[in-house]
Order: sequence, then C-alpha cells, then structure tokens
Amino acid sequence: MGDYAYAAPATVDSTVELLSSSANSGTRTQVLAGGTDVLVQMRSTDRGARLIVDIKQLAETNVLSVGEDEIYIGAAIPSAILNENAELKGLLPGLIESADLIGSTQIQGRASIGGNLCNSSPAGDTIPALIANSAVCHIVGADGERDVPVEDFVTGVGTNCMAPHEFLLGLRVPTPKGNTGDAYLRFIPRTEMDIAVAGAGVRLTLDDSGACTAARVGIGAVAPTALVVSEAADALIGTQVDDDALNAAADACSAAASPISDKRGTVEYRIKVVGVLCKRAGAIARDRAKA
Amino acid sequence: MAEAVDLKAIGTRPVRPDGVEKVTGRANFGADLNLPGMLHGKILRSPHAHARIKSVDLSGALAMDGVLAAVSGKDIPGGGDLGDNVLAKDKALYHGHAVAAVAARSAYIAELALDEIKVEYEVLNPVMSIDDAIADGATLVNESLHTNGDTSQPASNIAAITKFERGDVDQGFADADVVVEGEYRVPTAHQGYIEPHACTATINEEGKATVWCCTQGQFDVRSMTANCLNKQVSDIRVIPSEIGGGFGGKTTIYLEPVAVKLSEISGRPVKMVMSREEVFRATGPTSATLCRAKVGAKKDGTITAATAWLAYEAGAFAGAPVGPGCMSVLAPYDLENFRIEGHDVLVTKPKVAAYRAPGAPQSMHAMECAIDELARKLDMDPIDLRLKNAADEGTVAPYGPQFPAIGLRACLEAAKVHPNYTTPPAEGQGRGVAVGFWFNIGMQSSAEIRIAENGAVTIMEGSPDIGGSRASMCLMAAETLGIPYENINAHVGDTEATGYCNTTGGSRTTFATGMAVIEACEDIIAQCKERAALTWELDVDQVDWEDGQAIPKPGVNADVKPLSLADIARSAGRTGGPLLGRASLNAQGPGASFSVNWTDVEVDRETGKVDVKAFTGVQDAGRAIHPSYVEGQMQGGAVQGLGWALNEEYIYDADGVMENAGFLDYRVPVTSDMPMIDTQIVEVPNPSHPYGVRGVGETPIVAPLAATSNAVRDALGFRINDLPLSPPRVLAAIDENE
Ligand SMILES: Cc1cc2nc3c(=O)[nH]c(=O)nc-3n(C[C@H](O)[C@H](O)[C@H](O)COP(=O)(O)OP(=O)(O)OC[C@H]3O[C@@H](n4cnc5c(N)ncnc54)[C@H](O)[C@@H]3O)c2cc1C
Repeated sequence: MGDYAYAAPATVDSTVELLSSSANSGTRTQVLAGGTDVLVQMRSTDRGARLIVDIKQLAETNVLSVGEDEIYIGAAIPSAILNENAELKGLLPGLIESADLIGSTQIQGRASIGGNLCNSSPAGDTIPALIANSAVCHIVGADGERDVPVEDFVTGVGTNCMAPHEFLLGLRVPTPKGNTGDAYLRFIPRTEMDIAVAGAGVRLTLDDSGACTAARVGIGAVAPTALVVSEAADALIGTQVDDDALNAAADACSAAASPISDKRGTVEYRIKVVGVLCKRAGAIARDRAKA
Repeated sequence: MAEAVDLKAIGTRPVRPDGVEKVTGRANFGADLNLPGMLHGKILRSPHAHARIKSVDLSGALAMDGVLAAVSGKDIPGGGDLGDNVLAKDKALYHGHAVAAVAARSAYIAELALDEIKVEYEVLNPVMSIDDAIADGATLVNESLHTNGDTSQPASNIAAITKFERGDVDQGFADADVVVEGEYRVPTAHQGYIEPHACTATINEEGKATVWCCTQGQFDVRSMTANCLNKQVSDIRVIPSEIGGGFGGKTTIYLEPVAVKLSEISGRPVKMVMSREEVFRATGPTSATLCRAKVGAKKDGTITAATAWLAYEAGAFAGAPVGPGCMSVLAPYDLENFRIEGHDVLVTKPKVAAYRAPGAPQSMHAMECAIDELARKLDMDPIDLRLKNAADEGTVAPYGPQFPAIGLRACLEAAKVHPNYTTPPAEGQGRGVAVGFWFNIGMQSSAEIRIAENGAVTIMEGSPDIGGSRASMCLMAAETLGIPYENINAHVGDTEATGYCNTTGGSRTTFATGMAVIEACEDIIAQCKERAALTWELDVDQVDWEDGQAIPKPGVNADVKPLSLADIARSAGRTGGPLLGRASLNAQGPGASFSVNWTDVEVDRETGKVDVKAFTGVQDAGRAIHPSYVEGQMQGGAVQGLGWALNEEYIYDADGVMENAGFLDYRVPVTSDMPMIDTQIVEVPNPSHPYGVRGVGETPIVAPLAATSNAVRDALGFRINDLPLSPPRVLAAIDENE
C-alpha cells in the first residue's frame, strides 16, 4: 500500500527535475492539469497510489498568444478560457468548438486541450481538430525542448511519445491565412456529456475562385489513435469542395478508419459515420473559409 | 365527494415543505450519517456471471491491520432468495453478485482487504437471454426450480407461467378483416436513481439494531433485514433518510443485513455505500423482455381478438414483474376474446427490482406497436381506433375486476383536440401515439396528526417521500381541517415513531396514506368539536366545524365566539389534554390511471440518430392535489420512458459481464436531449377516495416506449421492433431497408 503525494513545483525547471528524479527512483508519477481525466481514473479504473505533479500553476502552461504565424496555447489553459476568447473563436472556430464539446460548463472550468491530448484517448475531441490545424506539441524535459506534430504524438490507446521526465508545455498552431476555415464534428448518441463514437476535423484554404488550395483532415475514435487522412485532403484540394469532392473525402475517411466494435458502436457504424462527419465538417469549413 | 369548485387548498401549487433543506444542501441522504467509531463496509463481488462457490476464505482480510470484521454467505442465514441475493451461498448467479464483505477503519483499507479474501469458484455457463434460458438443454440457473412448482416436470429456467383468457380467440381472429402480428424486444434497463444505495447500522449487546438508510419503505427494510438475519422485526429500528430517487429500486434491500452483521461482529457502527458501478451491476434493473402481440379487427376498427405472449427476465431469482405485464397489456381495451400468457424466466443477471409500473412498459410497448400497425392497415387515426375499443366504466378488465369510473376515454378525447395533436408533425418528422395504464395499489397506512400549543399541525406518517408527497399530505390536511397550508408540516417517521405503513410504491402514497391523513384530520375535528362543546356547555352534536373553527350549529342558541384550532389547542390542558388525531387503514379502491402520449421525432438518416422534437402526455389524475407535482411525475416518467426507448440498455460481453456500468455508457437522457414535455392533467375523480385521488407516479413511464417506436415508424416508413432505437440499430435498419 503506497502513499499518495502531491507537488506543484514553481518553475518549469523544477518540474522537470522532479519528474526526472521520481522517474529515476521508480516513483509512480502523474502530471496533472485540469484533472478531469486524472480524478475520474483515480476514482474508478486505476486507484493506485502515486505522486501527482501539478503543472497548471506554471506561467508557461498558461501562455495564450496570437502571432502573425503562430498561435500558442499553453497546455493547461482550461477550455472555458478558450471558449470565451473572441479572437481565437474567430481564427480557429473548429478547434475551439472541439474544446467546447468537452463535458459540461463545470468540466470546462478545468479541462485543458493539453490534458485532452496527453490523455491520448482515441476519442479525445480536440485531437482531430488539432491535427486538421497542423498543430505541433511543444514538449520540455531533461534533454531540453522539442517539437512533435500532433499526429505523431499519440502512439497508442492512452500512450504518447513523451518520456517520464517530459511534459507538454503548449501547442503551436499555424495562424490561418487568407480564406481559411476549420470545423470539427463528432457523433454522440446524446447531445452532450458523452464520448465520441467518431469524430472528424477539417481545415481548408480556398483561393478567390473558391478552389481548395490546401486541406487537412483528422479523424478520431475510429482507430487506436486519431489519424491524419491525406487521401481525404487530396480529394478536396483542387476542387470547389462540392458534394462530389466531399463524398470522395468521406469515402477516404471511411477507408482510413479501422475501428473496433464496442458498447459505443459497431465497426460498420463507425466506418460509415466518420465519413458522414467528414463530409459535414468539410462543408462547414468551406463555408467558413468563404465567409 | 367534494366538488372541485369547493376546494381551497387542493389544486394549489405551494412550495414543498422539504424544499429549502434540499436546495440548500442541508437535507441528509443515505450516505450522510456518520457515527463515532464508525467502520466502513465493502462488498466483494463475483467476477463471474455464473459460478459455483467452492470455498470462501476470509482469513487474509481479517489478518490485516484495520480490518475488524468479515462475513460471507453463511452469515446471512435467512431470507430465502432475498438472503441469497444479499450474499451468495452456493452459487454466484450474476457478475457482481455479493459474495463476502469486510468492515475496516477506512473505506480504503476495506477495499484493499477485499483483495485478500480468497474465493474458489467453479465457473459455469452464463445464461444471458430469454432465448438461451428457454432453449432445450439450457444451463439451469437454479437446478431445483420447476415451472409453477410442478416437480413432476424436469427443472427449468421458467419459474412460472401465468394465463388470462376470455372468449374464443380463434373465432375472433376468424371474424377479423385485418390481423397484425409482431415480436418485440425490450432490453434490461436500470431505474437510474441519482443516489446510490447507502446505510449505516449499529447493534447493541442486547441484539437491538438501528439502521439508517435511503429506502422507499422503512417497514419493509425492517422485516426483510429481520428475515435475512433470523431476527424479530421488533429487534430492528429503521430510520429512513431523505431519498435521492428510487423509482421502485429502493423497495428491496442489499446492504442492510450485511451492515448489521458486520456491526455485530465488530461492535462498531458500520456504514456501507455503493459505488455507481455496484448500483448498475448488482441492484435494480428491470426485466428485459420478449413479447409477441397479435390483434385482429373489423374494417370499422372493432377489435375481435388479441393475444399476447410475454416472457420476462427475472434475473437470478424468480419474480419478474410479468404478472403486472399481463394485467396491463390489454387493459385499455374492452375485448370479448383474448389470451395472455406470461413467463417468468431466470437468467444470470441481477435480480430484478420494481421499476415504475413494473412490467407494464414492456408488454404495452408490444401491444401498442401492434395497435399502431392495425391503425395503419385500417387507415384510421390511432386515437380514433383506441376510442372505438376503449375500456370504460363497467368494462371487465382482462385481469378480472370491473372498472369503476376511469379516465381513458376522457384522455383520448382531450388528446384528440389538443393543439399539439391537431397540428401535424413538422415536415420530415414522424409522430407516434400510445396509451399507458397502471392499476395502482392501496394497502396499509397510518397517520397521526399532532396539534401544537399554537395550533400548528404536525403530520406524522410512514411513507418515504419520493415525489413531493409531504406537500400533498399538507394540502389534504389543510383542506380537511380548513386551515392554511403554511400551518402544517409533514414528517416521515421511522419504524418506532409512526404506525405501520406499506412501502412507497404502486403509486399508493397520495391515495392511501393521504386517506389516513384525511381520516386523522377528521379525528382531530371530532375532538375539537367535543372540546368546544365542553367549553360552551353544549352537546357535541350542536357544534359544527367550518373554515378551521368550531361554531355552534345554525339554530343553536349560544352567545359564543368561534373557537379556532389555535384557541382549542391553547386551552387543551383544561379540556382533556393534547389534541392527537390518528387513523390507520387498509385502503381499498385505488383508481387505475390511464394516459395518452404522443412523440414527434426526426431521424438523421445518415447517422441513425433519433431526435425527440416534441412530446405530449395526457393523463387522468383523478384529482391533482398538487398539480405541479403531478406534472412533475408525468414529465419524469416520460423522460425515463424516452431514455429506455432511445438509448438505455445493459450491454453484456460474451462472459456475461456488463460493459456499460456507468452513466457515461448507460445513456439516460440529458436535459438538452429532451424537448419540453407538455402535460395535460385530466380529472375523472376516483370514487373510492375522499378527494378523488388516483395514483399518478407510474403510468407516465408506460406509453413513451411505444409512442416513440411508433413515431420512428412514421418517420422512416418502416418499423424497428426492438428497443432501444439507438443510432447503430436505426442506421443498420435504414441500410437494410434501402
Ligand atoms: C464529465 C466529463 C465529460 C467529459 N467529456 C469529454 C468530451 O466530451 N470529450 C473529450 O474529449 N473528453 C471529455 N472528458 C475528458 C477530459 O475532460 C478531457 O480529456 C480533458 O481535456 C482533460 O484535460 P485536463 O486538463 O482535465 O487533464 P488531466 O486530467 O489533468 O490530465 C489528463 C492526462 O494527461 C496528462 N497530462 C495533462 N497535462 C499534461 C501535460 N501538460 N504534460 C504531460 N501530461 C499531461 C495527465 O497525466 C493525464 O494522464 C470528459 C471528462 C468528464 C469528467
């Protein structure tokens, strides 16, 4: 029977030091941001004792900046802050909507995009939207800082590429330019307080004629990790993003999906619905890009 | 009977007496009691759906620091099936079945101690569906169970077969112009009360136990706990807490005998609180069912014959609510020829518990879907078809008795002209209609009315308040005594503080306990008249009671001022002592309550998602004592029925392990899933109640299942027979039909 412990180091360096030393001593350690996954897991699936290292007090995990080329979102910023930021909502409506889907008003007071990504669930709602927006993870650890694209960050169900001495500082998202729009849709059997059965995020850039010059599509809950679907993007690039193009992108998403049947949906169901979501999100992203 | 126009308190909508305590968080629920020196009890549950228990070794747990007691099945010697459900004896009969328990200084230690209990199992085949249970050569859940107790036949998983029959069914179908037939499945569903089961128990050296718990019936907890422990009811005092929902699921016991036993061994109070997961795995659910319905009718809509074949899962022990399912299935119709056959079937799932109109939603789902198909074939409005065949005063119900005044026809007529019905569903939406029914029960209640020195009234009764019943008791007392509602407070007493009362269930409380309260008030009035007569030196039959005061009867020559309840109370010491009214009764004539519901839905044909766009419930309340709480019952029941129709179901893996034991994946509707539930109360007074009350709590869950199925049928153009109408099922059906 081990003991629970809690620490909230004041600096990034001391956080890395603590993570490194407890990794070396074999102490079970878990980083805490909003805790909306951690606390639920501690009460249900995994009750074992551990050292909790809280990173949400750090200035660096709370940076929110909109630059010419890069939007930086600190790893611990709760989605409530993001949802109420009009500038961000204007720039990345799809990503912000994905954060706004998490839980309820109460949950959003704590839940962060960083936590959503680090929890590395196949169904995490912000992950396909981050992938669609070409977001990059800004990671810090004993060996210094490094950047990893979101689609390479999650390595399996509940696992990611970070070493025990590392943690996520923030996310870098390319600032949308020109006629660019994004959207994220998920399917749940209810209207809220549920977990995605399938999800799709799309970001598009159009030229003045309405032709698609750039596209990214991310899908979630239909494979062990969220996926970037370049075939779906290719089906959109060079088109007017009309029904035919959207249907082709939908088919590409369905083809890329390798879901399981479980209590939330069958293989057939998920394959079909992820395509439907891609098509619908694509149309929203297109209309936003034009607006 | 008093006419509505004379009523002053009844029919108003005052704030409930328990409201402030609840909204400020002061009210105490099952898990809120803490006692000095108290231990925490935890249950070890079977990891197998079906297994023989070869041995249970508690020694590892008992050896742990901080563990003060441990028990297994043999420590619960009585109670029959109930005792075996509380702690398994020879066999574990469902995944999550309680096998042993510990009490320790902290909940954490108790949990760790469970890992140290060694149980040897011989794993047996699970039996997870009616089809499996009734198949030839099925694995037997209970090897010594014979259908209807007939030991001349081989053992079976069918505990009982019930039949109701009238007329000549074959001739009836031969006379029909149109016949429809269908087979319908409804999944296992949980009541989904927010408050998990919880209790604290303590027992002294004389063997006298006190149990605090959340329950719908403290007297049943007392007798059930006594039975399980081979004690006398007089050895146990049960104190009910406020209750965070029950819906029938808190009419039985799970933890109480275990907590008493752990307390007896340890000499300490023991508290036990279930987790949500335990609530799903080991309490509550209601029966999954397989129902076949067949109806034949003449071209004009006259039903000539109907049959229902019903099979209900009982869970691991006999006792599915198939009897009430049989009683309800054809209750709305006046029929010459019918046959109803019900089967009580054992499976390796938790023992079913009552759930709001137990058994009626499932069988009536089948029949009301069939009636909808009949209306389509006859090209008749579904309400007109039901009006054509509606049971009415004088109809002999399929289960025997002749209906007194009932409100089915009034509900159908109100529905027919309701603006929500006369307005067609929006473009692309479908609408479905269904009728609901529940017979309601009466049974035993006691009530005491105590008058304080200032004339304030205290009602002491024994029905745990799960739906605002204390407000209704106060309203009926205010009406009877002729005093303001604000001068009255109602309390639910523990088993030593109030007279015997049957459980809050069967929608009986406002009817039966209400009747006792009214009679106890009449007792007070009689006493007040005597006190006034004494004061005025008149004969008691020269005194009247009017508007909360004693007055001389018209024509009596007495120069006196009226005496209010407060006046009489103040001088009670001089006229014979405190005023104490009481009544106890076995209430007869609970009026059946009928309803008509319709659902408007939209179906997303690409995802299979069903959105409920509108829902209207019309129901006969006899007399709505507190209309807001009647509407609340109608809305709450409707939402539970809609949830069951749309997404709620127990999902099991191949080994019989429930995969969705939490509110994330056992999907009750959230607020934003639901439209405003529109309600219309119809009042056809129950002739057996002084104010005309019928129970209203259960009927509302019955019709939404079929109404929603029928709406989806209307929207899609084809029928999906089975529930829930979850997106994967609906999309697969759409794909199949395209
Ligand atoms: C009621 C409810 C509803 C929910 N609904 C949704 C939903 O609709 N969609 C959805 O996707 N999720 C949902 N969630 C899950 C959860 O809220 C989200 O995943 C949330 O984004 C997690 O963020 P957090 O800050 O609370 O993470 P935490 O719980 O603090 O952490 C989550 C995981 O990430 C790790 N971690 C967190 N931050 C870092 C970091 N900076 N560096 C390294 N590791 C880190 C933690 O160790 C942990 O393993 C719901 C949860 C609840 C309780």
